[in-house]
Amino acid sequence: MSILIDKNTQVMTQGITGKTGAFHTRLCRDYANGAACFVAGVNPNKAGENFEGIPIFGNVKEAQERTGATVSVIYVPPPFAASAIDEAVDADLDLVICITEGVPVRDMIATRNRMAGKKTLLIGPNCPGVITPDEIKIGIMPGHIHKKGRIGVVSRSGTLTYEAVGQLMELGLGQSTCVGIGGDPVNGMKHIDVMKLFNADPDTDAVIMVGEIGGDDEETCAYWIKDHMKKPVVGFIAGVTAPPGKRMGHAGAIISGGKGTAQEKLAVMEECGIKVTRNPAEMGKLLKSVL
Amino acid sequence: MNVHEYQGKEILRKFGVATPRGVPCFSLADADAAARELGGKVWVVKAQIHAGGRGKGGGVKVAKSLEEVHQFAAAILGMTLVTHQTGPEGRVVKRLLVEEGADIQKELYVGMVVDRASQRVTLMASSEGGMEIEEVAVHSPEKIHKVAIDPVAGLTDAQADDIARKIGVPAGAVAEARKFMHGLYKAFVECDASLAEINPLILTGDGKVLALDAKLNFDENSLFRHPEIVAMRDLDEEDPAEIEASKFDLSYISLNGNIGCLVNGAGLAMATMDTIKLFGAEPANFLDVGGGATTQKVTEAFKLMLKNPAVKGILVNIFGGIMRCDTIAEGVIAAAHEVKLSVPLVVRMKGTNEEIGKQMLKASGLPIISADNMAEAAQKIVAAVAGK
Repeated sequence: MSILIDKNTQVMTQGITGKTGAFHTRLCRDYANGAACFVAGVNPNKAGENFEGIPIFGNVKEAQERTGATVSVIYVPPPFAASAIDEAVDADLDLVICITEGVPVRDMIATRNRMAGKKTLLIGPNCPGVITPDEIKIGIMPGHIHKKGRIGVVSRSGTLTYEAVGQLMELGLGQSTCVGIGGDPVNGMKHIDVMKLFNADPDTDAVIMVGEIGGDDEETCAYWIKDHMKKPVVGFIAGVTAPPGKRMGHAGAIISGGKGTAQEKLAVMEECGIKVTRNPAEMGKLLKSVL
Repeated sequence: MNVHEYQGKEILRKFGVATPRGVPCFSLADADAAARELGGKVWVVKAQIHAGGRGKGGGVKVAKSLEEVHQFAAAILGMTLVTHQTGPEGRVVKRLLVEEGADIQKELYVGMVVDRASQRVTLMASSEGGMEIEEVAVHSPEKIHKVAIDPVAGLTDAQADDIARKIGVPAGAVAEARKFMHGLYKAFVECDASLAEINPLILTGDGKVLALDAKLNFDENSLFRHPEIVAMRDLDEEDPAEIEASKFDLSYISLNGNIGCLVNGAGLAMATMDTIKLFGAEPANFLDVGGGATTQKVTEAFKLMLKNPAVKGILVNIFGGIMRCDTIAEGVIAAAHEVKLSVPLVVRMKGTNEEIGKQMLKASGLPIISADNMAEAAQKIVAAVAGK
């Protein structure tokens, strides 16, 4: 098993014909069971055409009805990304993964509000996506660095997730599922939401949680772990050296009003029984030590 | 993106927020003319820089005559203003705001932010105006009142009135305060602000509610729909290195240390900085070359880092995923030749085509120190810079 996605997941790509969407759809289709998973594309101007054999539909609803796809991945440009999410939510898909970086915050506030009471889960925007190694990859992460196994990975940052996976692989530890939740302040699933799924997944033995400065999502998750998590969790927070008031690349990675520092997050995580490291080169070793 | 106080007030006035009358000034002559034009008996001369704490730093003065306006304007224009937000090097004042004096009866605080937890715009208000809100939050959190605003319904009259009463607005001025809050919220939403702080918001002797200061930040992701706000950008207030970096689509932030770092990905870039610190040195910058780095981008990144005279060594940390290590190696070699690199360089590459990349660096004959992981890379560059 795994969380969120597996080899049987049926995926549609919103923005399949754009440069980024086309490039990554090819890589995802070529990864593991991808050829059977990526069954539809959506582009209102190209309905009836196909992308290298993948049929393109005019809207999400039609793509879902005609192919049975229940998951969507979004690569559409930032000004249109939130309405692409809205369309997938309105079609009651199970999961939407929005890769697009640079989505206006106001658009995401409206979209998150519309999602209240709906069944659709959202990952992102501004995220690398989700991979269940050797089964399916949905997103822009390099597939070949992963291997099937029993460690869960959840992170706000892309390359730092790859770094964690790379370290696990050197120790021979494969992954159940790796989830990049993204670096935006208003977004879908947070650390805590993903952690709950890992806790319930019989095929995940332990979790690496990677966070960064800004907000208090890591703290919220840490308190939940303290009371409910049945599996070991280790953590790292990037940005001990980040100065306040400066946005460190990700829109959400900013220390504001003295809140959201790495030290604060690390302290809360430790207090909640999570083993943390200040050395990002030791995430893998730390995880191995708690197995 | 930040704007000056006078620009913030210009924006707010368009949404019905009342402010004192004022005129932005770029010279002493402007300031004299502004004071005459405004008339009255009391004026306030305010330094315009993108940092708070201007009053404490001597950048805000109350003048009781046209001569005093002239005198204060002469003193403030061109001064290096140091506040708790500018850092010790301070900021040279190039713009002033000359405003009519206000009859302040009471100072309040009203702010708006995008709250991550509720995923809504949240209004925060306090009776303790004129103070740092962070200070109030620490010492008397019960004096901060918050309300999350429903994005569909907007700020309701009931919410606005409730907040106004809680922060001590007298009954007679509640309607004015409500109008102010509606205006502020409308401006916040329609201009895609990420933060608004009116500190202080004042009650005047004649029952008016005025924004005496205005700090607005805007969501960078939304600037494409606000050319009028982009036009307010003041490059004098930004770090030249950061402006240069943005031309090449590099995300760069200057820091105080002496080890330059070049990394792909924001999270990994922060982690790399942290590792340098962990081994006893300080990073000179944050630099994310992004996912699609080309030889040209890497070269420009090297040039940028080396423009900083404090840089005594460079650490390159790349996790090649979609981007291949051989592409990065090519960029590093080209850059090292072009900038005639004279400081130690440690390269750590991992991921796609790692071996080819490493081989290329070795074959280049350049004095590049190779490392297998982040910790080793940081240790090696820290040692090289220390001359060991």
